[in-house]
Amino acid sequence: MSLGGAELLFNGVKKHHVDLPSQSEPWDVKQLLVWIQRNLLRERPELFVQGDSVRPGILVLINDADWELMGELDYQLQDQDNVVFISTLHGG
Amino acid sequence: MCQVEEDYHEPLQRADPLSVSKKCVKCKEGTAAVVIRAGDAFCRVCFKEYFIHKFRAMLGKNRVIFPGEKVLLAVSGGASSCSMLRQVQEGLSQNAHKKLRFSPGIVFIDEGGAVGQAVEDRRRAAAELQAVFTATGLPFVTVPLEEVLDLPSSVLAAASLVASGTGAYKAAVGDFVRSGAAGCRTSLDPERRAPADVQESRTRSLQQLIGSAKTLTAREDLLSTLRQHLLVHTARSEGYSKVMLGDNCTRLAIKLLTSISLGRGAQLAQDTGFSDSRYGDILLVRPMRDYSAKEIAYYNRLFGVPSVFIPGLETKATDKSSIQRLTESFVTKLQADFPSTVSTIYRTSEKLQTACRSSSTADLCDRCLLCMCALDTAAENASAFKATLISEQLSQAQAAGDTSVVTPAPKEHESAAAIGKRCTSGAEDCGNAASGEGCCSSAKGAESSDLRSLLCYSCQLTIRDMSSVERLPHYILSEAQRRQRRSQMREEIGEFLLDAAD
Repeated sequence: MSLGGAELLFNGVKKHHVDLPSQSEPWDVKQLLVWIQRNLLRERPELFVQGDSVRPGILVLINDADWELMGELDYQLQDQDNVVFISTLHGG
Repeated sequence: MCQVEEDYHEPLQRADPLSVSKKCVKCKEGTAAVVIRAGDAFCRVCFKEYFIHKFRAMLGKNRVIFPGEKVLLAVSGGASSCSMLRQVQEGLSQNAHKKLRFSPGIVFIDEGGAVGQAVEDRRRAAAELQAVFTATGLPFVTVPLEEVLDLPSSVLAAASLVASGTGAYKAAVGDFVRSGAAGCRTSLDPERRAPADVQESRTRSLQQLIGSAKTLTAREDLLSTLRQHLLVHTARSEGYSKVMLGDNCTRLAIKLLTSISLGRGAQLAQDTGFSDSRYGDILLVRPMRDYSAKEIAYYNRLFGVPSVFIPGLETKATDKSSIQRLTESFVTKLQADFPSTVSTIYRTSEKLQTACRSSSTADLCDRCLLCMCALDTAAENASAFKATLISEQLSQAQAAGDTSVVTPAPKEHESAAAIGKRCTSGAEDCGNAASGEGCCSSAKGAESSDLRSLLCYSCQLTIRDMSSVERLPHYILSEAQRRQRRSQMREEIGEFLLDAAD
């Protein structure tokens, strides 16, 4: 889910139900970002991702909790996890 | 030490990632949900308490709102202002002794026209917001920014300045109650000014006005000035004496650094402080200034505060497109690695105060035409401002000396003479037509230098970026003429006036 204006980068769609292709190791957030960039991000990737992580100013909540409490990029995703990206920036 | 490459290979001092304790640091029981500042993890319940308490503390510490007073909430649809709305709602509904006791109304300024939003999008966003407002039960009004073109010039005439006394709160409340201003209600009629009814020609005029500023920096500045004028006018015409703005800590930290870059250092205290008294009778208040953008975003998400995202001028703009964007990206990036950045800037800004030069002579002519702050352009002999002016004239004399000047048309002569008269640093001789700043586009030079004497330094920069000042709304231009006539008159009768010292 993306809020706060971030949905502009995803064709205005706020909620995405995503089925990640299965792989041998569990998915972590870092891989999720790469997947999002490749498959969902419609324009201006630099406004969403920066390097390995999200651009500063974009908050990430995993199941309504701060991702800093879950290990940030190293958190391993579980089935039915709800990930929310909130942009707190003015420009985008 | 600043280096060219930004990779520091020594380990930076950053907050340790919290992986061990996932319990709330306050109540020690609930599971932590949010990380506030550096390293404090709160659970949902404690976070909500903390959030609500901060709002009350902010209003309680700066006691400027009287019980029963009418306060206008400026809601833009963004996260901070909607959060502010929710806090006011919650505060009004509490049990009696801690209840907030003022009467709020809501104003939403629809800026879609200035940004180039399509009419259906504007209508949709306004309808969504109106649904939110109706659910609160408070009176609200939607004002399209196009109305700024019709403002009366009395907007820029500050009403009698309110005397600020720190110990005078109780006395002020007494005065307020006695004056009978409490308890009179004018109902804001929401249907009166629906954005859908805005004529396209006015939208186009507004777009031309904004478009006449060449840089995004100037456009943002101009837009925020117009927005503020419209807010003040709405407050005055609906009988509100205070306006609450939803600027949060992060945004104000960015604004502080941006203002310094734009030459607004003298007005910092008013631009970023809790209360802003530049308009005299209307006080602008910023109760959200202690909340970081992250706290607000979390609260809105966890507790279901509705907000509507409306794209602005800077949406999807690149990092270097304007000074505001550049500062924002600088501060947010720094904040990611050093979480105390924003709060440090905030604490510094709390210590700023406006230096009251003789407030008894706070005449109208001593205030900037656009931003209504005290003028900071007295070019004393050794000041930095004087040096700026001198180098500006020298560089123009240089440029004009290189190109061969065609015989000036009579129009240029007049405007050059006008410029010569209005030259702010009297010692320099710039009567030479070639070195006046109007040598390239004489008409523009005359008008903009006419306005320059009425503006503070940073507003001068904004006007300079505009291709034509004629596009400014009528109320600004007519007020400018009025002030110029007054100052001319004062010069003429100057020797006949009795000095206060006599």
